[in-house]
Amino acid sequence: MQDAIAAYVRDGDMVAIEGFTACICFAAAHEIIRQGRRDLILCRMTPDLIYDQMIAAGCARKMVFSYLGNPGVGSLYCVRRAVEEGIPRPIELEEYSHFGMVGRYTAGAYRLPFFPLRSYKGSDLPRINPRIQYVESPYSSETIAVVPPLNPDVAILHAPRADRRGNTHLWGLLGVQKEAAFAAQRVIVVVEEVVGTDVIRSDPNRTVIPDVVVDAVVREPRGAHPSYVQGYYDRDNAFYLSWYEISKDRASAEDWLDEWVHGVADRATYVEKMGIETWDRLRSGDAWSAPVNYGAYD
Amino acid sequence: MEASYSPSEMMIVTAARALAGVRTVFVGVGLPNSACNLARRTVAPNLELIYESGVYGARPARLPLSIGDPTLISGATSICSMTDLFGLYLQGGRVEVAFLGGAQIDRFGNLNTTVIGDWEHPKVRLPGSGGACEIAINAQRVFVVMRLKRRAFVDQLHFLTSPGHLGGGGDREELKLPGAGPQLVVTDKCVFRFDETTREMTLESLHPGVELAEIQAEVGWDLKRASDLRQTERPSEEELRLLREELDVQELYR
Repeated sequence: MQDAIAAYVRDGDMVAIEGFTACICFAAAHEIIRQGRRDLILCRMTPDLIYDQMIAAGCARKMVFSYLGNPGVGSLYCVRRAVEEGIPRPIELEEYSHFGMVGRYTAGAYRLPFFPLRSYKGSDLPRINPRIQYVESPYSSETIAVVPPLNPDVAILHAPRADRRGNTHLWGLLGVQKEAAFAAQRVIVVVEEVVGTDVIRSDPNRTVIPDVVVDAVVREPRGAHPSYVQGYYDRDNAFYLSWYEISKDRASAEDWLDEWVHGVADRATYVEKMGIETWDRLRSGDAWSAPVNYGAYD
Repeated sequence: MEASYSPSEMMIVTAARALAGVRTVFVGVGLPNSACNLARRTVAPNLELIYESGVYGARPARLPLSIGDPTLISGATSICSMTDLFGLYLQGGRVEVAFLGGAQIDRFGNLNTTVIGDWEHPKVRLPGSGGACEIAINAQRVFVVMRLKRRAFVDQLHFLTSPGHLGGGGDREELKLPGAGPQLVVTDKCVFRFDETTREMTLESLHPGVELAEIQAEVGWDLKRASDLRQTERPSEEELRLLREELDVQELYR
C-alpha cells in the first residue's frame, strides 16, 4: 500500500475512493494521511467517515459529492467544522445528487461531454452549482438537465478478490466502482484476497473491473473496515455510531487520528490493534450462491 | 382496554397502511423501513423493497442501520450498480412509491435536506440530496414521514433540495416532472394530504388524543384542513405484535 500510494497519488490530485457503504478503502485513506498528501480534490457520492477523517487531517481543498452524512447516524462533524469554521482549513464544496454523481462518472467512463438525466428541475441545486446545466433535446422540445464528465486522476477501489493483473471480482453492492475505474486516469485496486487467474476465469460475469484499466493491485485484508466486504466481514455499525462522539470535538478527532492512523505503521498493525474480539464481532455467517455451469465448448 | 403504543409506532402503522396494494417502494432507513416491512406482512404482500444502494427485492434479516447494510444484499432478488438503479428502476418509472423526509418541508411538500441558513455560509450543513432530488421527480408517488415541529414545517425553505409541488397548482406538469409528487405526509400527531387543485398540504386526520390547536402551533403557515377532518385509526393489536415481536427486534421505536 505504501508503494501504491507513493507512486500513484500526488499532491493536488483529484482522487475518488469510491464504494457505496460497502468496500470503502479506509486503508488507502489512512496511508494517504500518513504520507501527508495535500490539496486533494476528493470525489465520492457519500464522503462518509473516510473523507471526514481525511478532511480532519487536512488532506483536501475541495470535495465533490452528493450525500454528506454519517449514514443512519447523523452529521460528519469534521466536514462541518471545515465548511462552517474553516478548521483545519476551509474546504470548497461542489454538490450534486446521487444520480448526478453517477452520471458524471458514467460520462467520464464513456468519454462523453455530458450525461443527461431527469433530475434538478425545480431544485435549488443548479443555483449553487453552475456546472449543472440544461440542454434541449434535438429530438423533441424537451429540456433536460446535464452534468459534466468526471475523470479523476486516480480511483482507489476495494473489492473481495482480484488476480495479480487486476482482474477484479465484485459482489454485494456494486456502487459506481466500475464507472469510476473506467473514468479514472490511474486505478489502484485493493482486495481482501489475491487469487489465481483461473478463479477469475471460472466466473467471468463477476469480473467488474478488468486488468486493462488497473495500474496497481494491493492485497490488504480488512482494508475496508469500518465499512464492510460482503461475506468477509460485517459493517462495524458500532464504530459508525461511536464516530459521532469521536468526531464531534476537534481534539478527540485528532486524538483518534494520532492513535489509529499516525500511530500505526500500516493496515496490518491497525487490524492487530483492533483486537480479535472486534473481528469476532464482525464475523458473518455463510450464505453461498448456487454454482452456475458456463459449459465447456472445446 | 386498547393497547398503548408510541408515537413512532403510530407513524409506522399509518405509513404501512398507505402502502396497500403497492408493488414497488423506494425505502430509506428508520421508520419507513419498518413501515415497508410491516406492510409486506399486512396490506401489501407483494411489496418489493428498492434501496438506492442498488438493491431490488430486499429480505432483511435484521433492522438495517444504513441503506447499504449487508443484510439487504443476502437473499435479495437482485443487486445492480447505482447507474442501473437510478437509470433503469427510478428513471425507468418502476418505483410506485418513494419515502422521503427532510429537515424542512413547506406547504407544497417541497423538501430541504441541504442547509439551514445560507448555502455559502451555513448555520447548519445538512447531508444534501443523496438520491432525494431525482426520487422526488421520478417516483410515481412520494410519501413523506416527518415529526411535526414548527422548525420543520416552515413557510419558507432555506433551500429547495427536492421538488414537491413547487409553487402549487400545475407547476410539476409545466416542468414535465414524470412523477405525481408528494401525496401523503405522516407525522407523529396527524396525517396530511395535498389538495387536488391547489396542491397545498391539507390536514386530513388527527391521531387519537391530539387536539387541533396542537397542530397549528407546529405549522409555520395558516393551515388548511379537510372539511371532513377525521381521527387516524389507531394501531391494531396484530400490527403492534408484528412490529414488536417480529420487526422491531431492537425496540428502537418503543
